[in-house]
Amino acid sequence: MIKIAQLSCGNDYSGIQKEIEKAAETVGAKIVFPDVDIDFDDAIEDFGFNPVSPGLKLMVARAKALADKTFEADAVLIATCFRCAEGALIRNELRRYLQKHTKLPVVMYSFTENTKASVLLIRMEALVTIVKRKDLLARERQVGITMGLDSGSATTKAVIMQDNQIVSKFWHPTLGVLESAEKAVAEALKLAKMEFKDIESIGTTGYGRYILGDHYKAKLIQEEVTVNSKGAVFLANKQKGEATILDIGGMDNKAVTVMDGIPDSFTMGGICAGASGRFLETTAKRLGLEIAEFGELAAKGELHKVPMNSYCTVFGIQGLVSALAEGYSKEDVAAAACRSVAEQIYQQQLQEIDVRFPVIQVGGTSLLKGLVRAVGDILKTEPVVPENSQYIGAVGGALLCSGFI
Amino acid sequence: MKVFIYPPNSMILQDLVERFGHTPLALAKEIERRVNDPELDSPPMNITEIDVKVGLKYAAIEVPSGVRGRLAMFGPLIDEAEAAIIVNNFPSTFGCMACARTNELTIYLIKQKRVPTLELDYPTNEEEVEDFIARIKGFLEGLK
Repeated sequence: MIKIAQLSCGNDYSGIQKEIEKAAETVGAKIVFPDVDIDFDDAIEDFGFNPVSPGLKLMVARAKALADKTFEADAVLIATCFRCAEGALIRNELRRYLQKHTKLPVVMYSFTENTKASVLLIRMEALVTIVKRKDLLARERQVGITMGLDSGSATTKAVIMQDNQIVSKFWHPTLGVLESAEKAVAEALKLAKMEFKDIESIGTTGYGRYILGDHYKAKLIQEEVTVNSKGAVFLANKQKGEATILDIGGMDNKAVTVMDGIPDSFTMGGICAGASGRFLETTAKRLGLEIAEFGELAAKGELHKVPMNSYCTVFGIQGLVSALAEGYSKEDVAAAACRSVAEQIYQQQLQEIDVRFPVIQVGGTSLLKGLVRAVGDILKTEPVVPENSQYIGAVGGALLCSGFI
Repeated sequence: MKVFIYPPNSMILQDLVERFGHTPLALAKEIERRVNDPELDSPPMNITEIDVKVGLKYAAIEVPSGVRGRLAMFGPLIDEAEAAIIVNNFPSTFGCMACARTNELTIYLIKQKRVPTLELDYPTNEEEVEDFIARIKGFLEGLK
């Protein structure tokens, strides 16, 4: 059983420990707490940051036990209360400390009393996958004929690959998980001039992965953090070395750092719609534009011209509408909306990982040129947007499941 | 009298208050009640979302959930307090392993009650221990 070491403060008093353990249990892992000496002074001295809260001191001592290998674990969950400044500082510095001194995959989370196991599930599952399937994740070439299915919150994608090449791809809006997948699969097969029996292996990912995996008898059913990362480095031809994969989704955002295509740290947002693709979709609607048209327009506008007083989907968009009334162009307003999303992701999410270059921007929103430009402006780099970047999940699924042929 | 002790899980303070004929307002009994309550299922402390909302009486919504959950346990004890003993500068492992912000607010809330309060430092040698016990004894006897 995979042992996930929990370094946390406030979890007991927030009443969420049961949810953490439930999420771990669901993915076949066990939460463990590193044994430490009752005298924390050495650990604090070694770490170099002396927090006032005893709970945080204990976290430091537990991290040192992992770094010193006096306690064995396979992965680490670092969690503190949402809004705790001291906790946020320690959380981030402990993550760096562990990444410097160990090879353990780390995931961080700031919780509220409303945190449920379902929110933690994908994070736990990704930790377990990284530990359990390291060999599979090292796969760099696709073999045989395989199909990847990515059942996302907004769209369902199907990709058929043969001998390391994409032979067909198709996407359909996610209306019903199965219904949308059936349409995408049928079209992908038609485009590939193949029949279902020709497919040697299927891999599913995304929110509907279990339903699709069960229906299509998939050989690989895997969460999207690891699958998307694999698809991203494959498509960007960056399978060796370091990279950061940024996937601004319709419902949540993922930022994953990888080494040789294997994630070692990741963060997922999902608290605010203002930092997701949904904000841009809503802005586009308010401007009377199709989303693709919005992306093109945003790329032509000035990023810093329109002042934004709020990142909120309600108040931020209200501000943008006011800007239109004040005479700003649609281009500048669309650019400001992209800047708003990029800024919020930078401020709230990318702070949780050490951004490594190149930055590979993927997912449907990577097709919005204005957003890619805004991300590049903030990160002072030009994000790599690979061809078929919206199909990373399906490509990753097709690539990885070929390991089961 | 009902005497609130800080840190609220100190067995030494709880014992001293009982020895001198008062009722300690301590965390141990509250935790015992919670962990033995068959109706609740949120281990290890059986703090639920309802508790964290109870904590809103003592700290606003923007305060982290762990602080509010802990105050849901401390707060009602402070409300009942007729006297208090506060020990300062204790080692991390002497008190309850949690958040310094809750500790700060707990002390503030006790002081706001304006009940007879003894404040003293954690002893670090034998001489200080004797003085520590003598002062607590004097304070508790004075409450009678």
